[in-house]
Amino acid sequence: MNLTNNVLLREESSFLAGARDCLPTVLGYLSIGFAAGVVEKTAGLSIMEIGLLSLLLYAGSGQFIAAAMIGANSPTFAIIFTIFFVNLRHLLMSAALSPYFRHLTPFKNILIGSLLTDETFGVAMNVAAGKTFISEKWMHGLNVTAYLNWFAANIAGAYFGAWIADPEQFGLDFALPGMFIGLLVLQMASRKKIVRDIIVALSAVIIVVVVSQLTSGSVGVIVATVIASTIGMAVEKWK
Amino acid sequence: MEVRWSIFFIILGMALVTFIPRVLPIAILSRVELPDWAMRWLNYVPIAVMAALVGQELLMPNGKLEPLQSNMELIAALPAFIVAIVTRSLLGTVVVGIIAMMVLRMAG
Repeated sequence: MNLTNNVLLREESSFLAGARDCLPTVLGYLSIGFAAGVVEKTAGLSIMEIGLLSLLLYAGSGQFIAAAMIGANSPTFAIIFTIFFVNLRHLLMSAALSPYFRHLTPFKNILIGSLLTDETFGVAMNVAAGKTFISEKWMHGLNVTAYLNWFAANIAGAYFGAWIADPEQFGLDFALPGMFIGLLVLQMASRKKIVRDIIVALSAVIIVVVVSQLTSGSVGVIVATVIASTIGMAVEKWK
Repeated sequence: MEVRWSIFFIILGMALVTFIPRVLPIAILSRVELPDWAMRWLNYVPIAVMAALVGQELLMPNGKLEPLQSNMELIAALPAFIVAIVTRSLLGTVVVGIIAMMVLRMAG
């Protein structure tokens, strides 16, 4: 199939266009998901359990931490509580997406929000720049593609992980930071407030390092997001 | 190919506490008209959260602050940033970052 000549793909708000816009994240998801599958298998989880984990929890960093804690026989309550904090940043991303989904019912928004990740959020916000709403079909295309890719990667990691020696040797551990760098730069390039955005970004970096040292990495991201966004709002008000 | 009950309940609990923060704001806030300052605040969230994630990945790759002279992530980030700014390609950024990291590991 010739992708550029396909009529459905030219329709920018279609499901397939959403799936296409997800493609740049596929490589990153595959390598992180594969690594997650390896770690989960090593922690003693069965393939079925790994499948369930990737479909129900569906969160990169969360699954690494869950695997480590399950492997260490941590108490159930401690695991669930930790995962809650690790994934709490979704609250802020979900809030930031909400103005673009005013045209949908709460039930439809629950469907969209349930598959929210760092990466799909980044891609969606890049597309949202200069628009008042995001297409429901497009968002499902983006979400479902990322979801299936993540599931496949986890299962592949669980099956084949034992035969692949040291994926770090091939630099694959840089897929995640590489994806975040790309999403940040694309996000800033799509807005017309580069100076303020740089102030916000630098503040977030400084705060996340300081707070993560004092508390934990997941608390660090939340505190940095809240304070740096407030700084951005304040700077905007002065001008 | 079994699923242990204990593991099943851990997964279910984790899924629930992850699901709620994911869906509550988008389901509720999309129903109400937010004040102007809240909209402006939310407008900076994408930049702030991505920058925080980048900062964490590059400056504290192993969970704690990495000394500058031994921080390979930070060096690999340079070509990745340049490619991102010049080409605006997400895939290009990821691929160049991975290659840079691989070269650094081979050299080191």
